[in-house]
Amino acid sequence: MAEPWYNTSGKNGDVVCSTRIRLARNLANYPFPIKMTDEQKKAVCEEIKEIFSRTNSYLSENFDYIQLDELTNSELLSYAERHVLSPEFISGDKTGKAFIVNKDSSISVMINEEDHIRIQSVQAGEELQKTFDMADKIDNLISERTKIAFDDRLGYLTQCPTNLGTGMRASLMMHLPALHESGAIPRITSNLSKLGIVMRGTYGEGSNVTGAMYQLSNQITLGLKENEAIENLVAIASQIVEKERNYRKELTGNIAVQDKICRALGTLKFARILSTAQYMELISLVKFGMSTGLISGITQGDINKLTNMVQPHVLLPDSSASERDFRRAQLVRDALKSAE
Amino acid sequence: MICQRCNKNIATTHIKQVVNGKKHEIYLCGNCAAEIGYGNYLSQPNFNDIFGSFLSSANKVPVTRSCPMCGSTFEEITKHGQVGCMQCYDTFFDKLLPMIQRIHGTSYHKGKKPGTTALVLTKPQEQALAPTGENPIEARRKALKLAIEEQRFEDAAKLRDEIKEMEKDG
Repeated sequence: MAEPWYNTSGKNGDVVCSTRIRLARNLANYPFPIKMTDEQKKAVCEEIKEIFSRTNSYLSENFDYIQLDELTNSELLSYAERHVLSPEFISGDKTGKAFIVNKDSSISVMINEEDHIRIQSVQAGEELQKTFDMADKIDNLISERTKIAFDDRLGYLTQCPTNLGTGMRASLMMHLPALHESGAIPRITSNLSKLGIVMRGTYGEGSNVTGAMYQLSNQITLGLKENEAIENLVAIASQIVEKERNYRKELTGNIAVQDKICRALGTLKFARILSTAQYMELISLVKFGMSTGLISGITQGDINKLTNMVQPHVLLPDSSASERDFRRAQLVRDALKSAE
Repeated sequence: MICQRCNKNIATTHIKQVVNGKKHEIYLCGNCAAEIGYGNYLSQPNFNDIFGSFLSSANKVPVTRSCPMCGSTFEEITKHGQVGCMQCYDTFFDKLLPMIQRIHGTSYHKGKKPGTTALVLTKPQEQALAPTGENPIEARRKALKLAIEEQRFEDAAKLRDEIKEMEKDG
């Protein structure tokens, strides 16, 4: 089986953890999810399922169709922890909701989330063009086989007017420990909003920042072509990457920062009990240390893999927090054995 | 006092309603109050409207426009911030347009269309629905000048071609 995208590292991987493209689409023949009956929701699921199972053998062999009501809450949470499904999608009623996902989880299609179709494509590192091309292909595949809600003036019609136009949200998950530490984030965030770009917490809208992970994404979807929005995002991201690297260099010279980083590694290497929040906070410092050469013996890819493994519901489904904290500490000790 | 709706946050809003002589009271936190439409003073019932409806109800029944496809009213759409179906965008276009412009700043789509690929660029629709204040050809001439000054020759060539094309069409 292909290695899932979230276990690898890519271009500018010291700062950009992953690239995600989301396309919002609706079928022309149904009201939007907010106004749909359960029967209509099921019909939309069937229609999308048919497209994937009937079009060609590659699709039917490489994509799985999963209904939400077939999974336990714990399984659903583990999909959300790995960013395959959105937290909104798995909360509330599961009736008439389904998703399609490929083997390495790099492409998923949520059915009846906020819109009928949410195509999501993800790659490790900064890979906007490649990630977009994948999403575009899936979009074409669907739109060639069913009528999509579209208007010449407003573009793709979506349940929330904030997604009108391209329906595209391009985002980069960035690890910004040095900017975070130096308190520069609020200033950057307020400057970005003028450019139609937003920076948010780890799980998107309304989420908190864990381990200095920020999500940078385009806000405006109407009046800009897809590639224009992507180019803007790339330009901003490269400035942030450069700033982050400069701050990192500056900060690592500081003995107090070095101490903090080394203590973080020490705790992770020897702790017997570790909560997710603690892990996220400490591993953020370790990654920081790795990127400046202070810590060696482990790769960014290893860390990304570990981070996904120790998420509560990926780690031990249906278990208590204390069992998980014990197991998490064990896994982390093992994984960081060679780090120094 | 804890919010009676979410049972989590501290209640900051106290709502009293008297309907047919019966008194209802509820305590809400800021989030819940906003969600059910009490958070924003602007969205509170307007006294003029109330008096207006008293006066007019004797003569005629007020007509609320609703979407022929999904039955949504404009009030429902603004309450949830979500549109009921594609037909709503047509039915309430005049009312939704200012909202859309507040979010996106412009109101015409330039990207991909169904059945095409985004990699093939679609021809931009130059006719904005709202006045943009500047003639698109003029805007391109300015951009062209800037591109030449900054020695971005690829951009300049593209702009020059676009201007030629528009002059031909116009």
